[in-house]
Amino acid sequence: MNAYEYRRLKNRLASGLALTCVILAMIPLLYILASVVMKGAPALSWEFLTNRTVGTGEPGEGIGNAIVGTLLLVLYASMIGLPVGILTGVYISEYGNNRFGATVRFFNDVLANFPSIVIGLLAYALVVTYLNVGFSLIAGAVALAIIEIPIVANTTEEALRMVPNSLREGALALGISRWRTVIKVMLSSAKAGIVTGALLAIARISGETAPLLLTAFYSNYWSFSPTEPVASLPLTIFRNYNSPSEVLLEQAWGAAIVLIMIVLSLNVSVRLFMRRNANKGQKVRMR
Amino acid sequence: MVTAKGSMLRKNTVRFGGDQLFEYSVMAIAALNLILVWFLAVIMFSDAWPSIDRFGIGFLVGADWDPNRDLYGALPFVFGTLVTTGIAMLIGVPLSIGIAIYLSELAPLRLKDPLSFIVELLAAVPSVIYGLWAMYALRPVMVDTVEPFFQSVLGWTPLFQGEPIGLDKFTAGVILAIMVIPTIASVSKEAMMAVPDSQREAALSIGATRYEVTRMAVLTYARSGIFGACILGMGRAIGETMAVAMTIGNANKISWSLLDPGQTMASLIANNWGEAEGIQLSALIEIGLVLFFIALLVNVFARAVIGRFMSRIPTTGGGL
Repeated sequence: MNAYEYRRLKNRLASGLALTCVILAMIPLLYILASVVMKGAPALSWEFLTNRTVGTGEPGEGIGNAIVGTLLLVLYASMIGLPVGILTGVYISEYGNNRFGATVRFFNDVLANFPSIVIGLLAYALVVTYLNVGFSLIAGAVALAIIEIPIVANTTEEALRMVPNSLREGALALGISRWRTVIKVMLSSAKAGIVTGALLAIARISGETAPLLLTAFYSNYWSFSPTEPVASLPLTIFRNYNSPSEVLLEQAWGAAIVLIMIVLSLNVSVRLFMRRNANKGQKVRMR
Repeated sequence: MVTAKGSMLRKNTVRFGGDQLFEYSVMAIAALNLILVWFLAVIMFSDAWPSIDRFGIGFLVGADWDPNRDLYGALPFVFGTLVTTGIAMLIGVPLSIGIAIYLSELAPLRLKDPLSFIVELLAAVPSVIYGLWAMYALRPVMVDTVEPFFQSVLGWTPLFQGEPIGLDKFTAGVILAIMVIPTIASVSKEAMMAVPDSQREAALSIGATRYEVTRMAVLTYARSGIFGACILGMGRAIGETMAVAMTIGNANKISWSLLDPGQTMASLIANNWGEAEGIQLSALIEIGLVLFFIALLVNVFARAVIGRFMSRIPTTGGGL
């Protein structure tokens, strides 16, 4: 074999190896999805989705309170996280061209990659210890909001940067004041990107487990009060994953399929939405 | 004319006030983030104080975690975190770099986006579902195939002693390896795509094959970005909680065998949170505080490495 053929062989081998890596990474994803569907789907029924968890393993248990709990947690978290995140993004992009802006941006990046259990401890320190509320829906919501803020801020900032400068200049040239330019022109042009970021953040926080374990804890009852512990889908899985009871194990898989449907449908729809926007010529980047 | 001009001026002054108000309000909200995190860290510190006060610096090197004697040391969990993170990096880094090379250099254009999306979906799967899946699907594979294989080859080392049970540091490391792939692969891919085409063209023009182009031009040029990606992935592995807590087997002691159960700093907090009170709770919070500073260091370091040629660290999942 001459040197050239040897080099070509090495090239083929390396390419094959790289492709193998991609395939190897896809196996767990497909396997997880297949397991969740196969084990979770038989658990689903109207009763299962509407009854509450009891925890004894008697037939007739459901995950209704966990679904409602997750929705409440995400709703409360987003009421804090979305506005704060979007305004932080506005600050960084529109006013942050200075040292303070760089600092905010820096810590935002750091926070975005923080382990969520540490965020859970932070929220525990604030709501449970400092404000003395105890394990509660609001403590969980604060934890999820702290996770949501940097994600939303980053995507808002990116989206605002994608808005052509001529649009901003045009508005200012018409004599519109800067803050109205930001609100009416910039934010509405960047709407698609901001919505994308918000949906991704919501997908991310719906599956968070560790922070909720530390803050919202769990309740087997229907609970709507912000100051009481509340059930959630991820914690339903965690409480039952190792259970000797078939019913409770099935409950974990049932909760898993509902949770993964929420998370994946948000991710996939955002992706399709982005592609449509990209085709229209406005590019929104997903991080 | 004069009056019109005057009124315009007055209007401008009012607008200026609105602008200032808006600017300062968004600035206050942005600042709130920063202040809040440090304020919370201070409260965490005061929550952890009973334990810090009692065990001092010895907490970090204390090898016992004994609620019966109220004696707490973090060493077994620092050890567990190092071991599982090490396994995750050993398996995860080569795989992720292979994926990044394929996605940035080799993949056909129409496959690039869908494949990247699939790799990113790995990051979207909640950690607790990884744990559930690991119990059901990964654990049997580890017990029946992987662990006996390693034992037959490397059984003479202290690393593979004892009966394979599947709930151990090895399994936790493998699940962590899967979970760091999307982080390392997507950030490395970004780093490789940031390599200017002129580098590739130069290599191609002297007759390099695709493999040689990647090795000479792309990997060399992007190496600090890839290194930063690995650091970020490491940060993710260190802080990852639920999947580890569900697979590591919960043993609060140090043992060299990867087939023995163990505990990481994060999994200890998750597994003991419900029951802990008093000084044990303080000790748990102190471990959280240690994690806080590790995460801070790792992220600042990764950003310093990556930041030189990529304006921004992409956000992938945190610990979930």
